[in-house]
Amino acid sequence: MTTRQKQSEKSSARDSLARARVVFNAIAAVVALAGLADATYLTVAHLAGDNSVCGPSQPCSIVLGSAYAQIAGIPTAAFGAVAYFSAFSAATLAAFGYPRARSFLIVIVAAMFAFTLWLLYLQAFVLHAFCPFCLLSAAFTFCLAGLTLATPPAR
Amino acid sequence: MKRYFPFILIAAVAMLTVGSGAMLYRAKQRSVAAAAAPSAGATAGATGTGASAMTPEHVRGASGAPVTLEEFGDFQCPACATTAGVIQALEKVYGKRLRMIFRQFPLPAHQHGRDAALATEAASLQGRFWEMHDLLYEKQATWSREPDVRPLFESYAQELHLNVPRFKKDFESEQVAAQVDRQREYGVSRGVQNTPTLFINSQLVTPPFTPERLQEAIDAAMSGHKSS
Repeated sequence: MTTRQKQSEKSSARDSLARARVVFNAIAAVVALAGLADATYLTVAHLAGDNSVCGPSQPCSIVLGSAYAQIAGIPTAAFGAVAYFSAFSAATLAAFGYPRARSFLIVIVAAMFAFTLWLLYLQAFVLHAFCPFCLLSAAFTFCLAGLTLATPPAR
Repeated sequence: MKRYFPFILIAAVAMLTVGSGAMLYRAKQRSVAAAAAPSAGATAGATGTGASAMTPEHVRGASGAPVTLEEFGDFQCPACATTAGVIQALEKVYGKRLRMIFRQFPLPAHQHGRDAALATEAASLQGRFWEMHDLLYEKQATWSREPDVRPLFESYAQELHLNVPRFKKDFESEQVAAQVDRQREYGVSRGVQNTPTLFINSQLVTPPFTPERLQEAIDAAMSGHKSS
Protein backbone atom coordinates (compact mmCIF):
# COMPACT_ATOMS: atom_id res chain seq x y z
CA MET A 1 0.00 0.00 0.00
CA THR A 2 1.42 3.35 -0.96
CA THR A 3 1.76 6.28 1.43
CA ARG A 4 -0.91 8.15 -0.52
CA GLN A 5 -3.37 5.23 -0.14
CA LYS A 6 -2.64 5.04 3.59
CA GLN A 7 -3.23 8.78 3.96
CA SER A 8 -6.44 8.48 1.97
CA GLU A 9 -7.71 5.65 4.21
CA LYS A 10 -6.81 7.63 7.35
CA SER A 11 -8.60 10.65 5.97
CA SER A 12 -11.67 8.59 5.11
CA ALA A 13 -11.69 7.07 8.64
CA ARG A 14 -11.42 10.58 10.11
CA ASP A 15 -14.34 11.72 7.96
CA SER A 16 -16.55 8.83 9.01
CA LEU A 17 -15.70 9.46 12.68
CA ALA A 18 -16.52 13.15 12.25
CA ARG A 19 -19.83 12.20 10.60
CA ALA A 20 -20.59 9.78 13.46
CA ARG A 21 -19.88 12.55 15.98
CA VAL A 22 -22.28 14.89 14.19
CA VAL A 23 -24.99 12.22 13.97
CA PHE A 24 -24.64 11.14 17.64
CA ASN A 25 -24.61 14.73 18.88
CA ALA A 26 -27.60 15.61 16.70
CA ILE A 27 -29.56 12.63 18.10
CA ALA A 28 -28.52 13.67 21.64
CA ALA A 29 -29.84 17.18 20.92
CA VAL A 30 -33.19 15.76 19.78
CA VAL A 31 -33.44 13.52 22.88
CA ALA A 32 -32.58 16.53 25.09
CA LEU A 33 -35.36 18.49 23.36
CA ALA A 34 -37.87 15.73 24.18
CA GLY A 35 -36.66 15.76 27.80
CA LEU A 36 -36.98 19.55 27.84
CA ALA A 37 -40.63 19.28 26.72
CA ASP A 38 -41.38 16.71 29.45
CA ALA A 39 -39.67 18.72 32.21
CA THR A 40 -41.23 22.01 31.05
CA TYR A 41 -44.71 20.47 31.11
CA LEU A 42 -44.19 19.18 34.67
CA THR A 43 -42.76 22.52 35.81
CA VAL A 44 -45.72 24.44 34.42
CA ALA A 45 -48.24 21.99 35.91
CA HIS A 46 -46.53 22.31 39.31
CA LEU A 47 -46.45 26.12 39.20
CA ALA A 48 -50.09 26.32 38.07
CA GLY A 49 -51.16 23.96 40.88
CA ASP A 50 -52.69 21.55 38.38
CA ASN A 51 -53.56 18.30 40.20
CA SER A 52 -55.01 16.66 37.10
CA VAL A 53 -51.64 15.91 35.44
CA CYS A 54 -51.68 12.32 36.67
CA GLY A 55 -55.32 11.64 35.84
CA PRO A 56 -56.66 8.81 38.00
CA SER A 57 -53.16 7.41 38.70
CA GLN A 58 -52.60 7.50 42.45
CA PRO A 59 -48.87 6.54 42.39
CA CYS A 60 -48.24 9.44 40.00
CA SER A 61 -50.02 11.86 42.37
CA ILE A 62 -47.97 10.53 45.27
CA VAL A 63 -44.71 11.30 43.47
CA LEU A 64 -45.67 14.68 42.00
CA GLY A 65 -47.34 15.76 45.23
CA SER A 66 -44.50 14.63 47.47
CA ALA A 67 -42.03 16.77 49.38
CA TYR A 68 -39.42 15.81 46.77
CA ALA A 69 -41.38 17.47 43.96
CA GLN A 70 -39.65 20.72 44.87
CA ILE A 71 -36.25 21.74 46.18
CA ALA A 72 -35.98 24.99 48.14
CA GLY A 73 -39.37 26.05 46.79
CA ILE A 74 -38.35 25.46 43.17
CA PRO A 75 -40.08 22.61 41.28
CA THR A 76 -37.66 19.70 40.85
CA ALA A 77 -38.81 19.49 37.22
CA ALA A 78 -37.47 23.04 36.67
CA PHE A 79 -33.96 21.79 37.46
CA GLY A 80 -34.59 19.07 34.89
CA ALA A 81 -35.69 21.64 32.30
CA VAL A 82 -32.52 23.69 32.86
CA ALA A 83 -30.38 20.54 32.64
CA TYR A 84 -32.07 19.37 29.42
CA PHE A 85 -31.69 22.81 27.88
CA SER A 86 -27.99 22.84 28.79
CA ALA A 87 -27.59 19.35 27.33
CA PHE A 88 -29.39 20.45 24.15
CA SER A 89 -27.13 23.51 23.81
CA ALA A 90 -23.96 21.47 24.42
CA ALA A 91 -25.00 18.71 22.00
CA THR A 92 -25.93 21.26 19.31
CA LEU A 93 -22.61 23.08 19.68
CA ALA A 94 -20.75 19.74 19.70
CA ALA A 95 -22.56 18.72 16.50
CA PHE A 96 -21.32 21.92 14.89
CA GLY A 97 -17.76 21.09 15.90
CA TYR A 98 -17.22 23.30 18.94
CA PRO A 99 -14.45 21.41 20.76
CA ARG A 100 -15.25 22.36 24.38
CA ALA A 101 -18.95 21.58 24.01
CA ARG A 102 -18.38 17.84 24.30
CA SER A 103 -16.65 18.16 27.70
CA PHE A 104 -19.53 20.34 28.89
CA LEU A 105 -22.05 17.79 27.60
CA ILE A 106 -20.25 14.97 29.46
CA VAL A 107 -20.34 16.92 32.75
CA ILE A 108 -24.03 17.84 32.36
CA VAL A 109 -25.12 14.34 31.39
CA ALA A 110 -23.11 12.78 34.26
CA ALA A 111 -24.84 15.12 36.74
CA MET A 112 -28.24 14.34 35.19
CA PHE A 113 -27.53 10.62 35.35
CA ALA A 114 -26.63 10.79 39.07
CA PHE A 115 -29.69 12.95 39.84
CA THR A 116 -31.94 10.55 37.90
CA LEU A 117 -30.61 7.60 39.92
CA TRP A 118 -31.44 9.48 43.13
CA LEU A 119 -34.97 10.25 41.89
CA LEU A 120 -35.51 6.61 40.93
CA TYR A 121 -34.30 5.56 44.38
CA LEU A 122 -36.80 7.96 46.01
CA GLN A 123 -39.65 6.61 43.92
CA ALA A 124 -38.76 2.97 44.52
CA PHE A 125 -37.74 2.97 48.19
CA VAL A 126 -39.08 6.11 49.87
CA LEU A 127 -42.36 6.91 48.13
CA HIS A 128 -43.08 3.37 46.86
CA ALA A 129 -44.72 4.89 43.80
CA PHE A 130 -43.66 5.76 40.27
CA CYS A 131 -44.78 8.57 37.98
CA PRO A 132 -44.77 7.95 34.21
CA PHE A 133 -43.47 11.46 33.42
CA CYS A 134 -40.50 10.89 35.73
CA LEU A 135 -39.80 7.47 34.24
CA LEU A 136 -39.95 9.00 30.75
CA SER A 137 -37.46 11.64 31.84
CA ALA A 138 -35.22 8.92 33.31
CA ALA A 139 -35.37 7.10 29.97
CA PHE A 140 -34.31 10.29 28.13
CA THR A 141 -31.41 10.78 30.53
CA PHE A 142 -30.24 7.18 30.11
CA CYS A 143 -30.48 7.63 26.33
CA LEU A 144 -28.41 10.80 26.57
CA ALA A 145 -25.82 9.01 28.71
CA GLY A 146 -25.63 6.14 26.20
CA LEU A 147 -25.27 8.53 23.25
CA THR A 148 -22.62 10.59 25.03
CA LEU A 149 -20.60 7.47 25.83
CA ALA A 150 -21.00 6.13 22.28
CA THR A 151 -19.95 9.39 20.57
CA PRO A 152 -16.40 8.98 19.21
CA PRO A 153 -14.05 11.48 20.89
CA ALA A 154 -12.55 14.26 18.77
CA ARG A 155 -8.79 14.12 18.28
CA MET B 1 -23.68 32.70 9.03
CA LYS B 2 -22.96 29.00 9.60
CA ARG B 3 -20.82 29.96 12.57
CA TYR B 4 -23.77 31.61 14.28
CA PHE B 5 -26.36 29.01 13.30
CA PRO B 6 -26.07 26.82 16.44
CA PHE B 7 -26.45 29.88 18.66
CA ILE B 8 -29.51 31.02 16.71
CA LEU B 9 -30.95 27.50 17.09
CA ILE B 10 -30.29 27.49 20.85
CA ALA B 11 -31.83 30.94 21.28
CA ALA B 12 -34.87 29.87 19.23
CA VAL B 13 -35.37 26.77 21.40
CA ALA B 14 -35.02 28.90 24.56
CA MET B 15 -37.65 31.37 23.31
CA LEU B 16 -39.94 28.60 22.13
CA THR B 17 -39.68 26.84 25.53
CA VAL B 18 -40.37 30.01 27.52
CA GLY B 19 -43.18 31.05 25.16
CA SER B 20 -44.94 27.69 25.08
CA GLY B 21 -44.39 27.31 28.84
CA ALA B 22 -46.08 30.67 29.46
CA MET B 23 -49.01 29.78 27.19
CA LEU B 24 -49.40 26.39 28.85
CA TYR B 25 -49.24 28.05 32.27
CA ARG B 26 -52.09 30.39 31.37
CA ALA B 27 -54.14 27.50 29.98
CA LYS B 28 -53.51 25.41 33.10
CA GLN B 29 -54.46 28.29 35.38
CA ARG B 30 -57.74 28.66 33.50
CA SER B 31 -58.50 24.94 33.77
CA VAL B 32 -57.60 24.92 37.50
CA ALA B 33 -59.92 27.90 38.08
CA ALA B 34 -62.68 26.19 36.07
CA ALA B 35 -62.26 22.99 38.11
CA ALA B 36 -62.48 24.94 41.37
CA ALA B 37 -65.65 26.77 40.31
CA PRO B 38 -68.08 23.82 40.54
CA SER B 39 -66.60 22.98 43.96
CA ALA B 40 -67.44 26.44 45.24
CA GLY B 41 -70.93 25.99 43.87
CA ALA B 42 -71.18 22.70 45.67
CA THR B 43 -70.35 24.41 48.96
CA ALA B 44 -73.40 26.57 48.54
CA GLY B 45 -75.45 23.61 47.36
CA ALA B 46 -74.39 21.50 50.31
CA THR B 47 -76.25 23.75 52.68
CA GLY B 48 -79.29 23.89 50.45
CA THR B 49 -81.27 21.16 48.82
CA GLY B 50 -79.03 18.28 49.73
CA ALA B 51 -76.60 16.13 47.81
CA SER B 52 -77.56 13.56 45.28
CA ALA B 53 -76.01 10.08 45.13
CA MET B 54 -72.29 10.55 44.70
CA THR B 55 -69.31 8.61 43.49
CA PRO B 56 -67.14 7.64 46.46
CA GLU B 57 -63.88 9.54 46.61
CA HIS B 58 -62.09 7.25 49.02
CA VAL B 59 -62.13 3.59 48.11
CA ARG B 60 -59.75 0.88 49.30
CA GLY B 61 -59.79 -2.67 47.97
CA ALA B 62 -60.70 -4.48 44.78
CA SER B 63 -63.34 -2.82 42.60
CA GLY B 64 -64.99 -6.17 41.87
CA ALA B 65 -65.24 -7.18 45.54
CA PRO B 66 -68.59 -8.86 46.37
CA VAL B 67 -68.92 -6.88 49.61
CA THR B 68 -68.60 -3.12 50.09
CA LEU B 69 -68.32 -1.70 53.56
CA GLU B 70 -69.14 1.99 53.63
CA GLU B 71 -68.29 4.11 56.63
CA PHE B 72 -69.38 7.63 57.52
CA GLY B 73 -66.78 8.68 60.03
CA ASP B 74 -65.39 11.48 62.13
CA PHE B 75 -61.69 11.33 62.89
CA GLN B 76 -62.12 12.70 66.40
CA CYS B 77 -64.76 10.17 67.35
CA PRO B 78 -63.20 7.50 69.63
CA ALA B 79 -65.65 4.82 68.47
CA CYS B 80 -64.60 5.53 64.88
CA ALA B 81 -60.95 4.94 65.80
CA THR B 82 -61.85 1.61 67.42
CA THR B 83 -64.00 0.63 64.44
CA ALA B 84 -61.20 1.63 62.04
CA GLY B 85 -58.96 -0.94 63.76
CA VAL B 86 -61.65 -3.60 63.45
CA ILE B 87 -62.21 -2.78 59.77
CA GLN B 88 -58.50 -2.92 59.02
CA ALA B 89 -58.31 -6.37 60.56
CA LEU B 90 -61.34 -7.46 58.51
CA GLU B 91 -59.77 -6.09 55.33
CA LYS B 92 -56.81 -8.38 55.99
CA VAL B 93 -59.08 -11.36 56.60
CA TYR B 94 -61.25 -10.87 53.50
CA GLY B 95 -58.59 -9.46 51.16
CA LYS B 96 -59.95 -8.90 47.66
CA ARG B 97 -63.46 -9.91 48.69
CA LEU B 98 -63.99 -6.72 50.70
CA ARG B 99 -64.00 -3.14 49.47
CA MET B 100 -63.97 -0.21 51.86
CA ILE B 101 -65.44 3.25 51.24
CA PHE B 102 -64.88 6.11 53.62
CA ARG B 103 -67.04 9.24 53.66
CA GLN B 104 -66.49 12.31 55.80
CA PHE B 105 -69.05 13.03 58.49
CA PRO B 106 -67.40 15.42 60.99
CA LEU B 107 -69.64 16.03 63.97
CA PRO B 108 -70.00 19.63 65.21
CA ALA B 109 -69.52 18.35 68.77
CA HIS B 110 -65.91 17.47 68.00
CA GLN B 111 -63.65 20.51 68.12
CA HIS B 112 -61.13 19.21 65.58
CA GLY B 113 -63.30 16.79 63.63
CA ARG B 114 -63.69 19.12 60.67
CA ASP B 115 -59.99 20.07 60.63
CA ALA B 116 -59.10 16.38 60.60
CA ALA B 117 -61.49 15.82 57.69
CA LEU B 118 -59.87 18.75 55.83
CA ALA B 119 -56.41 17.29 56.54
CA THR B 120 -57.33 13.94 55.00
CA GLU B 121 -58.90 15.63 51.97
CA ALA B 122 -55.77 17.78 51.52
CA ALA B 123 -53.66 14.61 51.75
CA SER B 124 -56.01 12.99 49.25
CA LEU B 125 -55.11 15.65 46.67
CA GLN B 126 -51.57 14.30 46.94
CA GLY B 127 -52.72 10.68 46.71
CA ARG B 128 -52.29 9.89 50.42
CA PHE B 129 -55.83 9.84 51.79
CA TRP B 130 -55.69 6.38 53.34
CA GLU B 131 -52.26 6.95 54.86
CA MET B 132 -53.53 10.13 56.56
CA HIS B 133 -56.79 8.36 57.50
CA ASP B 134 -54.86 5.57 59.25
CA LEU B 135 -52.41 7.97 60.89
CA LEU B 136 -55.13 10.28 62.28
CA TYR B 137 -57.02 7.37 63.81
CA GLU B 138 -53.80 5.89 65.17
CA LYS B 139 -52.76 9.19 66.79
CA GLN B 140 -56.25 10.39 67.70
CA ALA B 141 -55.43 10.45 71.42
CA THR B 142 -52.49 12.80 70.76
CA TRP B 143 -54.00 15.44 68.48
CA SER B 144 -57.49 15.44 69.99
CA ARG B 145 -56.19 17.07 73.17
CA GLU B 146 -54.25 19.83 71.41
CA PRO B 147 -55.78 23.32 71.31
CA ASP B 148 -54.33 23.90 67.81
CA VAL B 149 -54.06 20.79 65.66
CA ARG B 150 -52.71 22.37 62.49
CA PRO B 151 -48.98 22.18 63.38
CA LEU B 152 -49.48 18.52 64.30
CA PHE B 153 -51.33 17.76 61.06
CA GLU B 154 -48.54 19.48 59.14
CA SER B 155 -46.00 17.30 60.92
CA TYR B 156 -48.07 14.24 59.93
CA ALA B 157 -48.07 15.51 56.33
CA GLN B 158 -44.28 15.70 56.53
CA GLU B 159 -44.14 12.20 57.99
CA LEU B 160 -46.10 10.97 54.96
CA HIS B 161 -43.64 12.74 52.60
CA LEU B 162 -46.32 15.14 51.42
CA ASN B 163 -45.54 18.51 49.92
CA VAL B 164 -46.26 20.48 53.11
CA PRO B 165 -46.71 23.99 51.60
CA ARG B 166 -49.23 22.51 49.14
CA PHE B 167 -50.90 20.56 51.95
CA LYS B 168 -51.31 23.78 53.96
CA LYS B 169 -52.73 25.61 50.93
CA ASP B 170 -55.16 22.78 50.11
CA PHE B 171 -56.18 22.50 53.79
CA GLU B 172 -57.49 26.05 53.63
CA SER B 173 -58.91 25.83 50.11
CA GLU B 174 -62.57 26.08 49.21
CA GLN B 175 -62.24 22.98 47.09
CA VAL B 176 -61.31 20.82 50.08
CA ALA B 177 -63.96 22.40 52.33
CA ALA B 178 -66.57 21.72 49.63
CA GLN B 179 -65.42 18.14 49.39
CA VAL B 180 -66.04 17.60 53.12
CA ASP B 181 -69.38 19.41 53.00
CA ARG B 182 -70.54 17.35 50.03
CA GLN B 183 -69.78 14.07 51.75
CA ARG B 184 -71.41 15.17 55.00
CA GLU B 185 -74.51 16.35 53.18
CA TYR B 186 -74.68 13.04 51.35
CA GLY B 187 -74.58 11.30 54.74
CA VAL B 188 -77.44 13.47 55.97
CA SER B 189 -79.44 12.57 52.84
CA ARG B 190 -78.97 8.91 53.75
CA GLY B 191 -80.12 9.44 57.30
CA VAL B 192 -76.72 9.42 58.98
CA GLN B 193 -76.78 11.18 62.35
CA ASN B 194 -73.89 9.71 64.28
CA THR B 195 -70.49 8.23 63.69
CA PRO B 196 -69.45 5.68 62.86
CA THR B 197 -72.34 4.74 60.63
CA LEU B 198 -71.71 1.65 58.56
CA PHE B 199 -73.40 0.23 55.51
CA ILE B 200 -72.61 -3.18 54.11
CA ASN B 201 -73.70 -3.47 50.48
CA SER B 202 -75.87 -0.38 51.10
CA GLN B 203 -77.64 -2.03 54.07
CA LEU B 204 -77.38 -0.13 57.34
CA VAL B 205 -75.50 -2.05 60.04
CA THR B 206 -76.49 -1.39 63.63
CA PRO B 207 -73.90 -1.11 66.40
CA PRO B 208 -71.99 -2.44 68.27
CA PHE B 209 -69.32 -2.91 65.65
CA THR B 210 -67.43 -5.80 67.17
CA PRO B 211 -65.26 -7.96 64.90
CA GLU B 212 -67.70 -10.87 65.31
CA ARG B 213 -70.80 -8.86 64.40
CA LEU B 214 -69.19 -7.22 61.41
CA GLN B 215 -67.79 -10.53 60.22
CA GLU B 216 -71.25 -12.03 60.52
CA ALA B 217 -72.76 -9.17 58.50
CA ILE B 218 -70.04 -9.44 55.84
CA ASP B 219 -70.50 -13.20 55.56
CA ALA B 220 -74.24 -12.74 55.21
CA ALA B 221 -73.71 -10.13 52.48
CA MET B 222 -71.27 -12.43 50.76
CA SER B 223 -73.67 -15.37 50.74
CA GLY B 224 -76.43 -13.03 49.54
CA HIS B 225 -74.14 -11.93 46.72
CA LYS B 226 -73.43 -15.55 45.79
CA SER B 227 -77.08 -16.57 45.80
CA SER B 228 -78.16 -13.55 43.73
